[in-house]
Amino acid sequence: MILSIQDVVKSYGNYQAVNHVSFDVPKGSVFGLLGPNGAGKTSLIRMITTITGPDSGAIYLDGEKLNERSPEKIGYMPEERGLYKKMKVGEHLMYLAQLKGLTRQQAQQAIKNWFEKFDIEDWYNKKVEDLSKGMQQKIQFIATVIHQPRLLILDEPFTGLDPINTTLIKDEIRQLNESGISIIFSTHRMEQVEEMCDYIVLINRGRNVLQGDVQSIKNQYKQNLFRVETDGEMPADILSRFQTVDHSKRTATIQLASDSESNDLLRYLLDHQVRVTRFEEILPTFNEIFIRRVEETGEKTEK
Amino acid sequence: MSKLGLIIRREYLTRVTKKSFIIGTLLAPLGLLVYMLVIVGLTKYESGGQLTVALLDEAGMLKQIPDDKAVRYVSGAGKTLDQLKEEVKEKKIDGVLRIPPLGSFQKKEHTIFYYSDDRLAPEKSGAIEGKIAGKIRDFKIDSLRIDRKSLETLDTEVSIDPESISGTEDDSKYTAGIGLAIGGVMAFIMFFMVMLYGQMVMKSVMEEKTNRIVEVMMSSVRPFDLMLGKIIGAGAVGLTQVLCWVVLSGAVTMLVPLFVGGPDPAAMQGAMNPGNMPMPDPDQMQGEGMRLMAELAKQNWGMIAFSFIIFFLGGYFIYSSLFAAIGSAMGDDLGEGQSLVLPVMIPIILAFYITVFAGVRNPNSGLMVFASMFPLFSPIVMPFRMAFNPPWWQVGLSLLLVVISAFFFVWLAGRIYRVGILLYGKKVNLKEISKWLFYKG
Repeated sequence: MILSIQDVVKSYGNYQAVNHVSFDVPKGSVFGLLGPNGAGKTSLIRMITTITGPDSGAIYLDGEKLNERSPEKIGYMPEERGLYKKMKVGEHLMYLAQLKGLTRQQAQQAIKNWFEKFDIEDWYNKKVEDLSKGMQQKIQFIATVIHQPRLLILDEPFTGLDPINTTLIKDEIRQLNESGISIIFSTHRMEQVEEMCDYIVLINRGRNVLQGDVQSIKNQYKQNLFRVETDGEMPADILSRFQTVDHSKRTATIQLASDSESNDLLRYLLDHQVRVTRFEEILPTFNEIFIRRVEETGEKTEK
Repeated sequence: MSKLGLIIRREYLTRVTKKSFIIGTLLAPLGLLVYMLVIVGLTKYESGGQLTVALLDEAGMLKQIPDDKAVRYVSGAGKTLDQLKEEVKEKKIDGVLRIPPLGSFQKKEHTIFYYSDDRLAPEKSGAIEGKIAGKIRDFKIDSLRIDRKSLETLDTEVSIDPESISGTEDDSKYTAGIGLAIGGVMAFIMFFMVMLYGQMVMKSVMEEKTNRIVEVMMSSVRPFDLMLGKIIGAGAVGLTQVLCWVVLSGAVTMLVPLFVGGPDPAAMQGAMNPGNMPMPDPDQMQGEGMRLMAELAKQNWGMIAFSFIIFFLGGYFIYSSLFAAIGSAMGDDLGEGQSLVLPVMIPIILAFYITVFAGVRNPNSGLMVFASMFPLFSPIVMPFRMAFNPPWWQVGLSLLLVVISAFFFVWLAGRIYRVGILLYGKKVNLKEISKWLFYKG
């Protein structure tokens, strides 16, 4: 485990932001930290990044309880992120890298490598305020990863990014992950969760309401829905034989009873001399799981 | 370098290399230079050129009046007023001065008349009045046959020379005045620096919060380090600026005489002492200057500089940490934050007012003693009192209190800052802020 959250509680005054949350982030995984606005994600991230401390419970990074050297192993890119506008790009990165524990020489080398990688060697003496928003986002990404963190925490990393930068950063994240860096990925955008995450935890109202690996959660939430397309008409008695969610002449969406399996449906169709052109299981999207789970766990999102 | 060191370094360097800082630091002494040149220039300035004035002395009281830079006196004897007026019209002379007979020696006031179509500048009319008054005085002395020498012995200049009873200090008549000057300057510099740099810290904290760099910073450094680094960095900038000003002002003051050759003593005397009133003896004046210098040298400059620095640092830390706390609690809206800024500004302004209004009248009054102990006031009030030799235990106690308070306020501000800096989209009042003090880390 790169990160282990154990029964963490955090409250601000009377408001309980995080209420007995536990989960583990496996080493080398891409881990989705999900939840509606105000669920307690930011509070959790702030505790992981040692910005605040938990009221009770414990957080372990790479087997070690969080301590003052932990920030050097973590790279955090907040959702709302800024830079000192009056500083030069190179000096700014140097400053942030040194604050993360790099020596001047190490930082110099790392900056050089990243500038070469992004092909922006001539930016070193540019002022931050003279950069476009997309350029600043590149710098912010470099600042997040420059000290080669073991754990990368990205809070809505793609908001405000143009498609080119999105692809660029996505590729970088993938490469970093492949090189062994664990990534916590906090987002509202469920298609990104399905695309990128191995594991997720869903937080609502300060509580952990769902967790596990993406595939098994999907299986857990599947409703035995199958979609069939045929070349020719459906058998006449299909409506009486199966529970049909919706159908037309050549297509049908069928919910199988829990004791039957997909091959039963397929066998039935074959027995009725129907030519099947398409047969697929409809898995729930994460969006649906997310909304269902949030609604089940009580009040809807506050937004 | 430690993280705090890195933060201090950045805060210091970004400010010191700013154009506005360099310009402000260089321009202030340059402004002083211009100001001094203007003052010196004004003392030498003559309104217009030399006037030529015909003197129509109807009673024959006056002897020849010597010319000066402002006015050349020509005799109008043997001519009538109308003839002289014609000469004015023909621009041979600038005006006619008619002195009617005095009438009685008992008369203390006498009106003379000036005929011209050009208005007489106030400075010139003053000079003429002084000259004529002097001549009339001479006329009276001669007419009454008074012995001029014995008359002069009547004038006695009196000055109080305060002598301390318990102290060994030999106070001179300058002690109070010099104390007032030194104290006033120190109080003003304190007030100015605390206000200026305190608010600079506040603005900088607000900027970091609103442009969201804090979110990034917080994941690397503790909020307290960031706040403290900013306060120390900005304070170092303040000390740098004061030091530059002291050095540059010294240089400028020495340069002024090179430019203008110093104020013209004759002109100064003429302006201050029109006519032939008794002049102070130049030797005596030099003696006064020496005593002034001796008095300045007698001040305990080492002690003053030492306590000034401690009070400056104490006052600066107290107020800038409060300003930092307020800045962290504020949102993007500066106007909304005014209600939070006011409680911090009031004690500074109050301290300055106490110094200006109560301190000048009596630097050792009960109010002043209290104000020079109370840590929110003492950084401004005590340096003022320092110049009046307050009891040493009062200075010591005040220093101790200010240092303890500085630590306390920095700690207090840190508690507020760590919550405020990460809180967005919430209107904050003092009650809310006081709750933050008790949040757990």
